[in-house]
Amino acid sequence: MTNSISDLGESDCYLITGTNTTENHPVIATFIKRAVTQKGAKLILVDPRNIDLARYATVWLRQKPGTDIAWLNGMMNVIITEGLADEKFIAERTENFDALKATVSKYTPEYVEEISGISAADLKAAARLYAGANAAAIVYAMGITQHITGTDNVKSCANLAMLTGNIGRPGTGVNPLRGQNNVQGACDMACLPGNLPAYKKVGEAADRKPFEDAWGVKLPEKAGLTIPKILDGAAHGTVKALYVMGENPMMSDPDITHVEKALKNLDLLVVQDIFLNETAELADVVLPTASWAEKEGTYTNTERRVQLIRKAVEAPGQAKPDWEVITMLANKLGAGWKYDSARDILNEINKVTVSYAGISYDRLEKNSLQWPCPNTEHPGTPILHTAAFTRGKGLFSVCEHIPAAELPDDEYPFLLTTGRILYQYHTATMSRRSKGLVSRTPEAFIELNPSDARNLGVSQGDKLEISSRRGSIEVVAEVNDRCEQGVVFIPFHYSEAAVNRLTNPAIDPVANIPEYKVSAVKIKRVA
Amino acid sequence: MSITIDGKELEFTPGQTVYEVAKANGIYIPVLCHHEQLKPVGACRVCVVEVEKARSLVASCAMPAENGMIVYTNTERVLQARKLAVELLMTQGHHNCITCENSGDCVLQDLAYSLGIEAPRFSEPKEIKALEQANEMIVRDMNKCVLCGLCVRACNEIQVNQVLDYTGRGPTAAVGPAFGNLYENSDCVFCGECVRICPVGALFEKQGRFQGRADDLDKVRTTCAYCGVGCQMDVNVKNGKIVKITTPREDAPAPNFGSLCIKGRFGYDFEGHADRLTTPLIRKDGELKEASWDEAILYVAEKLNAIKKNSGPDAVAGFSSARCTNEENYLFQKFLRAVIGTNNVDHCARL
Repeated sequence: MTNSISDLGESDCYLITGTNTTENHPVIATFIKRAVTQKGAKLILVDPRNIDLARYATVWLRQKPGTDIAWLNGMMNVIITEGLADEKFIAERTENFDALKATVSKYTPEYVEEISGISAADLKAAARLYAGANAAAIVYAMGITQHITGTDNVKSCANLAMLTGNIGRPGTGVNPLRGQNNVQGACDMACLPGNLPAYKKVGEAADRKPFEDAWGVKLPEKAGLTIPKILDGAAHGTVKALYVMGENPMMSDPDITHVEKALKNLDLLVVQDIFLNETAELADVVLPTASWAEKEGTYTNTERRVQLIRKAVEAPGQAKPDWEVITMLANKLGAGWKYDSARDILNEINKVTVSYAGISYDRLEKNSLQWPCPNTEHPGTPILHTAAFTRGKGLFSVCEHIPAAELPDDEYPFLLTTGRILYQYHTATMSRRSKGLVSRTPEAFIELNPSDARNLGVSQGDKLEISSRRGSIEVVAEVNDRCEQGVVFIPFHYSEAAVNRLTNPAIDPVANIPEYKVSAVKIKRVA
Repeated sequence: MSITIDGKELEFTPGQTVYEVAKANGIYIPVLCHHEQLKPVGACRVCVVEVEKARSLVASCAMPAENGMIVYTNTERVLQARKLAVELLMTQGHHNCITCENSGDCVLQDLAYSLGIEAPRFSEPKEIKALEQANEMIVRDMNKCVLCGLCVRACNEIQVNQVLDYTGRGPTAAVGPAFGNLYENSDCVFCGECVRICPVGALFEKQGRFQGRADDLDKVRTTCAYCGVGCQMDVNVKNGKIVKITTPREDAPAPNFGSLCIKGRFGYDFEGHADRLTTPLIRKDGELKEASWDEAILYVAEKLNAIKKNSGPDAVAGFSSARCTNEENYLFQKFLRAVIGTNNVDHCARL
């Protein structure tokens, strides 16, 4: 997030899109619901599903999944046409505005209506609300990113914020809500194939140098492979060993049939986890680890806030913290690492990671800190880009609408979109082993519009077979009006009905994020 | 702008209540139905104070401070009124502290004790209500409810879930979901804000029942293991086991200020689940067999070495974890880059 969670309470307008916030970030949703119900803030919701936040929305735009660039460009078209852009901000803080203006000129509300299904009048109303606010915040999650145009979707959000000067001030910003406790930290720490810690580039000699000096080795220059490419490599035999720490690609990756084939083709699959998850079942070696309550360390949340976790109980049996296991293995391979605690490791991170330099263990024991925090006197940074952007001027990017990779047709007539629900979490290794959570949502289901249900002769609770070009699963019909006709939703938490057997592995060319939000399926009643 | 409380002249900012000015200056006024995150209602009368020239005692939690106001928090009249208020609350239901989950962490218990109320002057109601235990997370014991309304206000004002409200009048007054529904059958999403804020033993965690009370529990402050919000929470531990997850009732820190969702508050029991992996496993003859750490680490090291030697470092890849700590992620990528020699490291940021 460019801004902070508390900061969201200061907005007088929200543009919320691609996040079912009350289910997936419930505590953040409370800030938004309070501002709307108690302070009169406006809420623009853009979501294909009739999610809980629609009840609070000032305007709800129901786009067809996979048309985000179109409506975002459309909003910018209206803002520019009606003279609502922040010209001072554009002149002082940005560049490439003319190219943006030229691109969005063809995205008239009427043109956008044809692509997205959002009425021209609603789009105009939303654009006026957003541009007319003193402090408007864009809030999004995987509904924006999990498309073949994911990168451009995000850039379009940034364009809109810059166009109206809604960045760098309290209550504004471009605020992605990160879905896992430490996904921000895993990125910051460079568990990414092209990066070194704090987003330094592996391909830049000057970026590599400090790490080569600190670690005492020459580092590889060529960017590595992303997850989908690693799995392709495994399937083709070029990747022979895969070490999986705390992940479950047999549930979380698209087209699981392909994933399974890839993993079975490896010479060595090591899985380090707290449970024998679906991926571990295929492993050659399984290493047991400590859970979050059984070890020390830090997580970085969605607002870049670094916080401690503390050991409360002992790990079961011989399970060890992940850092201990990696250290043992590195030392077996002759690395000579000397880490005795999470504190030792954070000390090293402080030395080599500019944005974490001031985030010492001692300080964290008193208070959490938001990066960038370049020295131990620095108070941390609640709001990014207040005076300038990281690159200097904010660059308007040119983004054009591209249809989703696989759209419904005669054979596969329904558009499937996937995601999470309140009562489960990601691949559900944890949440389906929790009594309370299981009691709320014991089985896999599909959300189906009543009209579609009628046409298919399907009633509430019927067992349905859902098939795509890649596989099929059986789920129970949940007939409600959350999805519009022709669109269906299935959560990805249930291994016995893993929806990623169906999803399309098409990826965004830049970020390599799969298009989980759009694939084509057919539906058959089984019982 | 200043007011005088118990003879001390104190500055205040307009909008502050008498209670807030007192609290900010270290003057103790007990409260029960009041909470810093909620609009004051002045319902329980526990916080009454004497204000010069006022017609009656006033609820300090709801009374705005006014310039020149002279307030007494501890006069005999105040103490008698406070005592009466607490006695009436005590006789509203059955406050059996012997097996109450919240004994040791109960505002009513503390008040009765500090005011020296051995037994209330009034009799308890005859009716004993059955506990609501229909769901796996929250138990409701309406025998202990004092109708302070904190749960109703927290549900509506903090979480904005709009599930709880008051029903009935006089002796039939109650709090709960519409139409007297069970939590289980209402729109309740089990965030547990009502459990956090309940000042008595009327709402408590089901799995923690009879597992340990305030005085037996160690609270370990940590960060939630689920989504990216990073809620701060306390893991309550007794005899090496997690008994429940709580958040501070007051002065709770960012980013969540005491709020959690169902996963954070009630989804912790995977930790002690029988399915946890407890020993390394190595596949032999097609089956995963138990092994020692030495065997497992040696096995992996030798295999990685051989693959690296025969096919080069880029034949090795690693998936790191958005669940693991910064320290673990840092070491994981350092391992692949500096020890193996490949940049083939990624994690589930996209998934």
